[in-house]
Amino acid sequence: MRLAVLFSGGKDSTLALQKAMEKEEVVCLITLISKNKASYMFHTPNIDITELQAESIGLPLIQKSTEGRKEVELDDLKSAIERAKETNRIDGVVTGAIESVYQAERIQRICNTLDLWCFNPLWKRDQQELLEEIVRNDFKVIISGVFAYPLDESWLGKEIDRKLVGQLVRLSKTYGISPSGEGGEIETTVLDAPFFKRKIEVLDYEVEAKGNSGVFIIKKGRLVKK
Amino acid sequence: MILIVDMNCRKDSLGYDEFVLPIASVTKDFEETVVKHYSDVSYEGANDCSRIVLSGTALKDEGYLGNIADFEWIRQSDKPILGICAGMQTIGLVFGSSLEKCLEIGMTSIRTTKENSLFSSTFKAYELHKYSIKPSMEFDVLAESENCIQAIKHRERDIFGVLFHPEVRNKRTIEHFMLLPRH
Repeated sequence: MRLAVLFSGGKDSTLALQKAMEKEEVVCLITLISKNKASYMFHTPNIDITELQAESIGLPLIQKSTEGRKEVELDDLKSAIERAKETNRIDGVVTGAIESVYQAERIQRICNTLDLWCFNPLWKRDQQELLEEIVRNDFKVIISGVFAYPLDESWLGKEIDRKLVGQLVRLSKTYGISPSGEGGEIETTVLDAPFFKRKIEVLDYEVEAKGNSGVFIIKKGRLVKK
Repeated sequence: MILIVDMNCRKDSLGYDEFVLPIASVTKDFEETVVKHYSDVSYEGANDCSRIVLSGTALKDEGYLGNIADFEWIRQSDKPILGICAGMQTIGLVFGSSLEKCLEIGMTSIRTTKENSLFSSTFKAYELHKYSIKPSMEFDVLAESENCIQAIKHRERDIFGVLFHPEVRNKRTIEHFMLLPRH
């Protein structure tokens, strides 16, 4: 089956991509670049890095910009998936949805309209287990956004390793945040994974933070030998 | 030991992660759980288990509909059985029901029409299906949505079907099934 993966460059869509590649043929990545920082569907701080990631993985990237207005952004997603169907002859779409019924049902509807398969290989997974799987699978993932108390600027740019997973799990028990950021508490950027041919080196970055909200923006990166 | 029957069109598919594992994450807290693809399930294998859950599938996956003969063991088994979505359609077809087109995707309001052991009142649940069933005389209807029949029970046996996906937002339905008396 020829599949496209909805790809934000964060840990969930990258892990979904890995699982899809293990079982099916992934032929392209689809990225929505949202101008709305509060988008329910597509926001992520370092969306431009998906170009480097796709190059490193060796897959074509279909990018589509969207104003990010609620529900209207779905038309933009649909047209990007339609383009993948025409140009890459995909049979279906894979997402990194874990808990969000809001996201899942909207993508299911688009796929049904376009007569495409839709898979969510991380669906309902335990979030601590997912973080542990990412570490176990040798992903190099940094925290590129924090959006909830008690997270703050000090978390930005940190790599998710065993120690950090423990810290996130403890915070989730104390403060009720989702340990993997499924509720939008954290955003992540993947710099390396076993199926990346080269890893991303961050050459320049900027931190914008205020209180319990902040982003780690990669201003310049490049692919380097692993 | 509980058996989850993987209803996806082939073994170890991406649908396994999405439709089988979330059910297993609920059942394993009650009992050791084994998963078998439907093409590998026999009457003997099924009846070695204390109860059986048939999973759902991706919306576009209708492979099971072409292999209903593989599920004849459901007729013979005396164990409690819960069919989810594709599983409910299959249970219905095994006992002579027919399919009815009914597309529902997403959270949907469901009204209980007959008191039962798995759920009660009106509640919202996640849906992902193109068909419901027109049940044969062997079933009672337990619940309906605005559009179609949502749950059935065999009149004489603990064989249930739910069209919604309880593993998404209604885990208690599965938990109640796990607490039904053993046969």
